[in-house]
Amino acid sequence: MIDYALAFSFGCFAVGLLLNLYRLAKGPTVADRVLALDTMVINGIAVLILYGIAKGTTVYFEAALLFAMVGFISTVAYCRFILRGDIIE
Amino acid sequence: MDFFLELLVAGLIVFGGIFGLVGSYGLAKLPDLMTRLHGPTKATTLGVGSVLVASSVFILKLQGSISAHELLIAIFLLLTAPITANFIAKSFLHRQANPETDLPPTGTECGWASFDVPPDSDDDEPSSLTIPRRNQR
Repeated sequence: MIDYALAFSFGCFAVGLLLNLYRLAKGPTVADRVLALDTMVINGIAVLILYGIAKGTTVYFEAALLFAMVGFISTVAYCRFILRGDIIE
Repeated sequence: MDFFLELLVAGLIVFGGIFGLVGSYGLAKLPDLMTRLHGPTKATTLGVGSVLVASSVFILKLQGSISAHELLIAIFLLLTAPITANFIAKSFLHRQANPETDLPPTGTECGWASFDVPPDSDDDEPSSLTIPRRNQR
């Protein structure tokens, strides 16, 4: 039963990643692209955790945690760059 | 008992998948950035949250011990989602909006924080540490 649920959820997040990619390519503003990248990071974290469930290991949690931190910091750095023209003043 | 745990994990995984798809669909479909922010920041966080709960229940069943990683990831995502949304909205306002026509009045003598200099900006302290502005007048 978990296998079928995993297949369904993998499909959902894969379609979600494709929709994010569409928004990333289409824009129209810079903030849209930053939002699309941020959502892609969150969907990627979900896919990593689902892969961890499918393999039955906890190895992928560290990767997911690093993904969450790096995604947040890169989004903030990008927005900071748009707002101020500089990241560390 | 085992069957019910499996049912719970499967249900949470399906729930998370549906919410992740809804959030990403909202990001692609909604007309304007301020409405587009709504989809990912709420629905995707809920989707990832339920996937994390499913994973924690599954690992608890598999190994018999609670791992703190899911809790860490969930807390981190819940803490950072509003900050990210606020930053993206601010950068959108900074680049796109016209402060005279697009934004409603703030009701105080100081305008929107993205555009106006705060009234006591020559202080050394950040404005969040001083007395709120509306109490000073």
